[in-house]
Amino acid sequence: MKRIIPKLLLKNSTFDPNQMVLVNTNKFDNVKEIGEPVSQAKIYQSQVVDELIFLDLDARKFSRPPNFKIIRNASEEIFMPFCVGGGVNSIDDFSLLLNNGADKVSINTAAFLNPKLIKESADIFGSQCVVVSIDYSLDLNGNYFVYIEGGKTKTSKSPLDWALESEKNGAGEILLTSIDRDGTGNGIDIELTKKIVDSVSIPVITSGGCGLSSHFSDAFLKCNVSGVSAGTFFSMRDQNPIQTRSHIKNAGIKIRTKT
Amino acid sequence: MQKNKLKNGHQQIKINMNAAIIDYGMGNLTSVNNAIEYLGFDCEIIDNPDLMSKFDKLILPGVGAFEGCINNLKTKNFVKNLNEEVLTKKKPILGICLGMQVMAKKGFEGGEFEGLGWFDASVVKIRPQDDTIKVPNIGWNKIDYNKENILFQNLKDPVEVYFVHSYHMDCFDQKNIIATSIHGQKITVAVNKENIYGTQFHPEKSQDLGLQILENFLTV
Repeated sequence: MKRIIPKLLLKNSTFDPNQMVLVNTNKFDNVKEIGEPVSQAKIYQSQVVDELIFLDLDARKFSRPPNFKIIRNASEEIFMPFCVGGGVNSIDDFSLLLNNGADKVSINTAAFLNPKLIKESADIFGSQCVVVSIDYSLDLNGNYFVYIEGGKTKTSKSPLDWALESEKNGAGEILLTSIDRDGTGNGIDIELTKKIVDSVSIPVITSGGCGLSSHFSDAFLKCNVSGVSAGTFFSMRDQNPIQTRSHIKNAGIKIRTKT
Repeated sequence: MQKNKLKNGHQQIKINMNAAIIDYGMGNLTSVNNAIEYLGFDCEIIDNPDLMSKFDKLILPGVGAFEGCINNLKTKNFVKNLNEEVLTKKKPILGICLGMQVMAKKGFEGGEFEGLGWFDASVVKIRPQDDTIKVPNIGWNKIDYNKENILFQNLKDPVEVYFVHSYHMDCFDQKNIIATSIHGQKITVAVNKENIYGTQFHPEKSQDLGLQILENFLTV
């Protein structure tokens, strides 16, 4: 069954740096603080979403592991699957997050710089909990490139090549994010998502650009993607996962029916 | 950690039964522990095989690969005590995900390995007939289940639960199968033989229905 996956972006609050807050971004920039992560996770659970993704946007900036306390608090309150990422650099970071309740760990920059980390973590914890997160952008010549370090650094690799390489290294899932579409509500990048889904045999989650319920159903129908993840869509408008699920179901897509 | 939380607006009365989660170095113990405590049961994570005899129920979680799982159970000396508690004393046990798979006679993940041998079954890779079906199977799936079984009491259809796996248990004794699901092929997703229960899905991660299944086991 297809999955609806709210994405919770976390940052240290500008008002109280000891506090982690939920934020929204636009093209990986223009950060807005919008709420409290654990309360929001509980709301999403009550709206029967299929999974959650927590990404700690500040971990890399402050060279610290992702904030596991938030994860531990969340795992005491919600009984559903979630993936955690942001600043994951090592096997120790994997252990820390998995031991605090995460089901899957997403790696991005560290995996790109050291692809062996994918294999090492998959060997220890199993492929199913290793998610390779790929941020990408389209350049003026119409070519896609992977970006690392929170979208700050352009690489010379295409997202398709990197997805294939990640799968070969033992990744269990790919999380694709279009930097250009992040927070815009302009719709999912159907073209690249489809290309990657058709090329790899592991599940792909796509994100960046959801502004309408039909963007979810389009992604499922046109690319056969396993999951669609969205942040701004669920948090900045009067649109909740229950309505989105009904729309997706009505479009004839196999999805959980419980609401 | 707060125990006896409000569930459905009612104060839960702590039930005087306790469960041990077996920590043999594989798996998401925190989530299982949190879910059991949320349900109002006493629960402890134990890494010493001798402690198992003090508990009413055993839970064998597991995330990772078959070989590592059985090797860890062996090197941490759990196998003998598990056989004693489960086969001789008939203590109820629930295996979750890899914890269920390791109860089979054999596992074929990255080679051929002996399991605990409690079920006449082999653990084999999922091979979808349709290549648009992805492996690992990550996500929610509807299950067809035996409504008579204690594990599946008080559930409301459709029952959809959360899976994360690439291998599944192929049972040679159909009587042991209590739930199945389809992921490109038919998959056994829950088994039961006397006091031994196993679920391929994660009840601790399957929201309300999963918690109900976990509670059903804890009140067996």
